[in-house]
Amino acid sequence: MSGIPHDHYEPKTGAEKWLHRRLPIVGLLYDTLMIPTPKNLNWWWIWGIVLAFCLVLQIVTGIVLAMHYTPHVDLAFASVEHIMRDVNAGHMLRYLHGNGASLFFFAVYIHIFRGLYYGSYKAPREITWIVGMLIYLCMMGTAFMGYVLPWGQMSFWGATVITGLFGAIPFIGDALQTWLLGGPAVDNATLNRFFSLHYLLPFVIAALVVVHIWAFHTTGNNNPTGVEVRRTSKADAEKDTLPFWPYFVIKDVFALAVILVVFFAIVGFMPNYLGHPDNYIEANPLVTPAHIVPEWYFLPFYAILRAFTSDVWVVMFASWITGGIINAKFFGVLAMFGSIIVMALVPWLDTSSVRSGRFRPMFKWWFWLMAIDFVVLMWCGAQPAEPPYSTISLIGSAYWFAYFLVILPLLGIIEKPEPQPETIEEDFKAHYGKAETPAE
Amino acid sequence: MLKKLAITAIAALTLSGTAALAAGGEGHIEDVAFSFEGPFGTYDQNQLQRGLQVYTEVCSACHGLRYVPLRTLGDEGGPHLPEDQVRAYAENYEVFDPELDDYRAALATDHFPVSGDPNAPDLSLMAKARAGFHGPYGTGINQLFKGIGGPEYIVSILTGYTEETKEEAGTLFYENKAFPGGWIAMAPPLYGEDVEYADGTEATLHQEAEDIAAFLMWAAEPKMMDRKQAGLTGVILLTVLSVLLYLTNKRLWAPVKGRKTS
Repeated sequence: MSGIPHDHYEPKTGAEKWLHRRLPIVGLLYDTLMIPTPKNLNWWWIWGIVLAFCLVLQIVTGIVLAMHYTPHVDLAFASVEHIMRDVNAGHMLRYLHGNGASLFFFAVYIHIFRGLYYGSYKAPREITWIVGMLIYLCMMGTAFMGYVLPWGQMSFWGATVITGLFGAIPFIGDALQTWLLGGPAVDNATLNRFFSLHYLLPFVIAALVVVHIWAFHTTGNNNPTGVEVRRTSKADAEKDTLPFWPYFVIKDVFALAVILVVFFAIVGFMPNYLGHPDNYIEANPLVTPAHIVPEWYFLPFYAILRAFTSDVWVVMFASWITGGIINAKFFGVLAMFGSIIVMALVPWLDTSSVRSGRFRPMFKWWFWLMAIDFVVLMWCGAQPAEPPYSTISLIGSAYWFAYFLVILPLLGIIEKPEPQPETIEEDFKAHYGKAETPAE
Repeated sequence: MLKKLAITAIAALTLSGTAALAAGGEGHIEDVAFSFEGPFGTYDQNQLQRGLQVYTEVCSACHGLRYVPLRTLGDEGGPHLPEDQVRAYAENYEVFDPELDDYRAALATDHFPVSGDPNAPDLSLMAKARAGFHGPYGTGINQLFKGIGGPEYIVSILTGYTEETKEEAGTLFYENKAFPGGWIAMAPPLYGEDVEYADGTEATLHQEAEDIAAFLMWAAEPKMMDRKQAGLTGVILLTVLSVLLYLTNKRLWAPVKGRKTS
């Protein structure tokens, strides 16, 4: 791999040389594992490994669950109960899988917000960012379809509401919704295709993860200062970096172990805390639950979806100017997808030449306000769509768009950044004093 | 200690304001200190047997437990009936056998029958399908301390009747302080002294309600004790692993970091 100069794998024995000439796989693994990594990475950089762990956990538990699950409307709910009662350790597999999804999203949100704070999306890491956003979208699709599979009340009605969003698209909406569902309503065909896709998408995610890692291994990691590793010579680069193995592997695995303590406590002692009681009632197309609420990780976007009602002036204006083609429902759908699109476009919306938020005195405040905004929207998403929650959702949604479309472009122009360190080594030494001579 | 650790660690999760909002809901739910609550809570075998008795003599007239295999009554951690008692108990029920194309006495390998009254919901998962606690402000934080509140919901419904009735569209409704909306179609099933407990426990209304709620919690979550055991093992092993990795990490980085200056 190009990028930061470092030592490469040299086959030594005859067998190694034989293999290396035919398939340089050991070299690829060596270079990947020994990649020079900025030595000042802080604890916000550990979530990548947590995410990799989550993907493996979900695939392994998911494959075993699929051996015992039946994707049929008459049998799905009972087959989940069969897993919970009769399958060896089936209850643990299912609770690990269900709560694993929550850990996955918890980790991805921190990972994304870390990127937003330290400007990890900025040149030359735009591709890493875009691929990351694609992974996130695939995760949302996978999680949504996975939640339908137990065929509880919230599974069924969640599927009905979310696929109904596509029905809001003018002209082609109804046809599109029917095509997605495989029929006029959520039914056996829907359950079957969701099961099929729920099994497929994780492998798409795995492939995207490889591209994601490939991309940032080409550009090198960002770091808390946002200052690039010196590439002038191998000696210079080594002052700024340490190899990923063992330094960051051990650090990340330590963090992962601490996070897993909490994860196991949740799975063991309160596995249904993040779930919804209604999903222990079998799906019934004739009975609508009092509140249809998505899983917690979708709530901020659900709040944005519901915020734009027909009495909001932008909605009225959009409706008037398009002759009613954009109604409140379609506007909400556009806003929800738009809220993710603006996040994906942030490499080109942020005009500041300074990468890390650490040296951007004004940006910091707006950033933390945005992080709070995200949590507030999450809370609003769980509440009924009525005042005062609808008003709070609207303000929260407006700020979300303002942050990406107005504040970030303007800040780059009006903000006066603070001085940055020349090198990563300088930043590291400011924290840790002069290194002792390494023991051998 | 464990509870404190769990609370601190999950505070972040809670703040994201998830929480089961719906099901159950607006009625008044009293908190009951069940034996199976908390990380170390276990089912009380005697209570489960009393609850089974209430289920058999009262609830099963209308309700079913379609997902619960009769053989699990003999499982450790459950009512733990001896094998011959499980077989004898199973024979009380009749199930339809598609191979015989007729009804026959149930075997231990069969499940409990489904609801006899089509309007009576199945009770297999009732204790997990209702949430008693939602607050404060719908964040569900109190579920961290009290649990989701399914069994409490059941107790509150069974003890929440006020003796008021009203008729609507030919159906009689009974006023109930715990039921969302205040009026429930189920007639009061328990009054106290409905059963005679073999272990001599006094069968007050509240006692019966708690016993059946505990039994239904077991019916909904029969592997709870296994799960807590696995969770505890996981927490302990991972804590030890964390400590070892912390020390490894510290040692590994020490030569690089040197003395900390700030």
